[in-house]
Amino acid sequence: MAVSLGPNASSAGRRRADLLFQAVALVVLAVALGALAVLVGTVWRDGANRLDWQFLTSFPSRRAESAGIYHAIVGSLYVIALTAAMALPVGVAAATYLEEYGGRSRLARFIELNIANLAAVPSIIYGLLGLGLFVRTMAMGRSVLAGAATLALLALPVVILSTREALRTVPSSIREGSYALGATKWQTIWHQVLPMAVPGILTGLILALSRAIGETAPLITIGALTYIPFAPDSIWSAFTVLPIQIFNWVSRPQAAFKDNAAAGILVLLALLLTMNAIAIVLRDRYQRKGRP
Amino acid sequence: MTTDVRPLPPTLSSVVRAGTPVAETAPVKIDVRNLNFYYGQKRALDGISMAIHANRVTAFIGPSGCGKSTFLRTLNRMNDIIPGARVDGSVTIDGHDAYGSGVDVVSLRRQVGMVFQKSNPFPKSIFENVAYGLRINNLTRSKAEMAERVEESLRAAAIWDEVKDRLHESALALSGGQQQRLCIARALAIRPDILLMDEPASALDPIATQRIEELVYDLKKAYTIVIVTHNMQQAARVSDYTAFFWLGRLVEYGRTDRIFTAPAEKLTEDYVTGRCG
Ligand SMILES: Nc1ncnc2c1ncn2[C@@H]1O[C@H](COP(=O)(O)OP(=O)(O)OP(=O)(O)O)[C@@H](O)[C@H]1O
Ligand SMILES: [Mg+2]
Repeated sequence: MAVSLGPNASSAGRRRADLLFQAVALVVLAVALGALAVLVGTVWRDGANRLDWQFLTSFPSRRAESAGIYHAIVGSLYVIALTAAMALPVGVAAATYLEEYGGRSRLARFIELNIANLAAVPSIIYGLLGLGLFVRTMAMGRSVLAGAATLALLALPVVILSTREALRTVPSSIREGSYALGATKWQTIWHQVLPMAVPGILTGLILALSRAIGETAPLITIGALTYIPFAPDSIWSAFTVLPIQIFNWVSRPQAAFKDNAAAGILVLLALLLTMNAIAIVLRDRYQRKGRP
Repeated sequence: MTTDVRPLPPTLSSVVRAGTPVAETAPVKIDVRNLNFYYGQKRALDGISMAIHANRVTAFIGPSGCGKSTFLRTLNRMNDIIPGARVDGSVTIDGHDAYGSGVDVVSLRRQVGMVFQKSNPFPKSIFENVAYGLRINNLTRSKAEMAERVEESLRAAAIWDEVKDRLHESALALSGGQQQRLCIARALAIRPDILLMDEPASALDPIATQRIEELVYDLKKAYTIVIVTHNMQQAARVSDYTAFFWLGRLVEYGRTDRIFTAPAEKLTEDYVTGRCG
């Protein structure tokens, strides 16, 4: 091997360390991907042949072969859309306030610390809060609205943290350029800063929603039903969501229901992948409009 | 240091005292008295006093880091947004205290436009970059008027011919020099009184630079211009007055021809002849 810079013992040593590190990283990656592949493979084997039009468009049934998942798909989409509609404006507004107006006050730092902690709180705690606050005190009942409000609480910390991060990456030269043209602080934030932060905000939102769509515990806590023979048609309807339906099927003794559960998991995975794909497309669109 | 203005009333020319025979007839636009500026504990400007004349071009020269940009930015209160920055002394523009209580900083900045040292186009189309200031200040009444003002500003900044066929493409696709001229157009669009230019030609080729210099010459009929430059020839060509800064102090200020031919301070002479700095 030709070394143009002359013999150097330490450079050879460093190259060996580099190779070793690469090998270790590759092995770790292979283990992680392998586990994932086995998981998806098993689910696919059990569920693929249940996954047909009838399954996607039917309501639950006592007989496994005629049971479907339509109500849970609609329920999940309904809840997640409403969650996004609540968490996005509130989260962006809160983050904008904290980042742009809150300054470095003691209060702002205290709030920031708490938000970071909230992001790590177990989801069942949010369920209990939702039960007390939304279902009972605010009398929303076991509705789609109560479920979405609960999941919005769960999603908020992540939306707030990622929005703040996105706001921070907007270069100060852009803000200065806007101020120098006689823009007010609010005009600068609204016309320049927030649009540039959109990709980061969207990424955070999708991350938060991806977590929310897989949540079971808080929704069971607030009383989402495990068996409903209809799809929700308003924000006041009772509802169920995919993970709850899957959980329900898994806990049945009959093997046929286990296959239904596997098919349900495939549907949930597809939904997650679609959401992530949409996020990536949206982000790229905005990034092309924004800074390179 | 020879700041030849401090004790004089603002209407009197700085140069009278310096003994230059040419009397200044233009009124004082910006009167700065005893200005100190601090970044936190660090003092960046030290007791600056000077009177900047209306419809004249004033050049700021001096070595890198001597506070030219900092001083320029105190004139439109751009430093307000830097955390920990502090200013004392007074800046009077058209007889109004720029730092007085109750001053509307937003309308001050509308009156005192600025072109930054590093070009900073918004990540929007070329058209939107220029239209932004018009929009947020509600300066135009119709779409046609807006398009007219945008074209006029782009022409004034000598960039119209290069962008007229791609007005709705991203400004970020322009070259560095084009971006800088776009930023000049953007500043001109809202028709300020005073234009602060921080090294507007540092990223430009000689032809574009010459255009900017011609532009500055044209603009001084309508505007009061302050321009920071590292190029001595440029300062000598475009400016009526020159201020030489050194380590946060104003060392010498007077008519450009005098500063370049008969500076009163040894430091100024060394700097303009390229012996130091
Ligand atoms: N935001 C800031 N925070 C702290 N110190 C700063 C800041 N901006 C500038 N300074 C310091 O203030 C001094 C003056 O800086 P300034 O940018 O005004 O210099 P300048 O004369 O414009 O230099 P150049 O010719 O390189 O642009 C420098 O010592 C610089 O390090
Ligand atoms: Mg500078």
